[in-house]
Amino acid sequence: MYGNAYIDPNEKFSSEEETPELLAAFQARIDAGDKIEPQDWMPAMYRKQLIRMIEQHAHSEIIGSLPEGTWITRAPGFRRKLALMAKVQDEVGHAQLLYSAAETLGKSREDMMNDLITGKSKYSNIFNYPALTWADSAVIAWLVDAGAIVNQLANSKGSYGPYCRALERICYEESFHLKYGHDNVVHLATGTKKQREMVQAAMTRWWTPLMHFFGPSDKASVHSDTLMRWKVKMASNDAMRQQFMDMYIPKIWDLGLTLPDPLLKKNTETGLWDYTEPDWEEFKRVINGDGPCNAERLAVRRMAEENGRWVARAINNEEAEHVRPFA
Amino acid sequence: MNNIDALKELLYKMADDQLIIGHRNSEWNGLGPILEEDIAFSSMAQDKMGQSEHLYNLLNQLGEADADTVAFTRNAPQFHCSHLVELPIGGYDFSLIRHFLFDFAEYLRFEALKTSAYQPLAQVAKKFFGEVKYHTMHANTWVYQLGHGNEESNGKMQESLNFAWDYALGMFEPGPAEEMLINENIFIGEEALQAKWLEVVIPLLEKSNLVIPEKSSWAPIYGGRTGNHTAHLQPLLSEMTEVYSIDPSADW
Repeated sequence: MYGNAYIDPNEKFSSEEETPELLAAFQARIDAGDKIEPQDWMPAMYRKQLIRMIEQHAHSEIIGSLPEGTWITRAPGFRRKLALMAKVQDEVGHAQLLYSAAETLGKSREDMMNDLITGKSKYSNIFNYPALTWADSAVIAWLVDAGAIVNQLANSKGSYGPYCRALERICYEESFHLKYGHDNVVHLATGTKKQREMVQAAMTRWWTPLMHFFGPSDKASVHSDTLMRWKVKMASNDAMRQQFMDMYIPKIWDLGLTLPDPLLKKNTETGLWDYTEPDWEEFKRVINGDGPCNAERLAVRRMAEENGRWVARAINNEEAEHVRPFA
Repeated sequence: MNNIDALKELLYKMADDQLIIGHRNSEWNGLGPILEEDIAFSSMAQDKMGQSEHLYNLLNQLGEADADTVAFTRNAPQFHCSHLVELPIGGYDFSLIRHFLFDFAEYLRFEALKTSAYQPLAQVAKKFFGEVKYHTMHANTWVYQLGHGNEESNGKMQESLNFAWDYALGMFEPGPAEEMLINENIFIGEEALQAKWLEVVIPLLEKSNLVIPEKSSWAPIYGGRTGNHTAHLQPLLSEMTEVYSIDPSADW
């Protein structure tokens, strides 16, 4: 799972050693469809933005495992329990893969983890909302993962080799998550009255966070133009949101579920979805730390980090005897 | 008690142990000391959970209710799991030591059951044995590393071993109808299993720089096999069945 990386349009980057020749050669490689690899020359802003994107993506995976993870111990029946365990495990695996991809750009996993638990780095805003019922976990598995796929498929066509390769594998796995989530929502939406009420309430709760998921409309800036040209940012937030709505609103309606936006309809003239702008002030508040679960999510991560430090100290002890695994 | 009841008792205690330790291991989601351990504990939890479902299916063939009903509708006194698996996950040191002590017992149990005269059980034991082998490798690798890591890690592992030891001995609580299973070559019996287990785990723990509690102080903690559990089991079950019990007849 994943949401968009936040781009600060005012950030300055040093360009002392970035001669026009180097920059032109770099751009030519990207235009030719080459992948940039860790040992290749790259502009400072390219490196910095990619570290931030991949790191935020990794954080989103690991924090994103928490709201669904709380339902593993309560999943109803073996089939759901086993599937949810495997799904959440995948998300943690994605974090591992992405931290490794980000490390190729020069930032260590420890540094990234510290920036996460001190609140310096962001993660997808959507995980600052609570999964109140089993149905919330179903809606997350279906639609948050669906949104992530829209985003990640776009980014997998980007220019940085290690990130693209990680995303390709992640997308395969996410597509199973989406199937699991959809199956789960279908069972609830076609189930008993209680199940239907549960899933409708969850859908209503998650609609605004889902609309927030792709971020506000992009503002034109030199900064974001450059990132688009370098194939770091691959699609506009609005384009991805429209693609998501096109793919999933009909499926949601097919199940007899409603969405809490009276303006929602496909505009036959523009071919785009009309919708009520979600509250972007809320989005900003939550991203800056004042969401329903920000404190809890970071506290859990911090606790895990602090409780686990003795293990890291022991295995990093240079004088320690290590054992070679049997396999 | 006839043969079938004796067999059911064996299957129930194995299935319940796997289900409850699987549940406990799954609680490490998001809390592991390093990401790789989150992932490893999840894999093992999935194996345990899958194994328990398999064993409940064997019970179903012997006339018990289906796996979901058996796992998700019983209360603590109807469970046959050992106290060791019920205990909360505690710190990583305790969860790791429990995983070590439990999985070596399972490994040897399935090894013995591979030649069980009860064919359906022999077949699943072969499959489980292959899976649990990796769990024991994982356990031993980490116990060794942390046993030798530094004073702090050795101290934590030793403390957890001291705490877990009598609970681990409790896994081998003899069943009332075991003679029947032994005589019919269905199972070697808990006493024989415990002897094999001690032979394997003691040298490995010593190699990991840990000290086995003094034999004269060993006091196995029994009761789980007959439905007398710690206070930790019922809250675990209430949590596990929270959604299922909203409507047990619904299709989830």
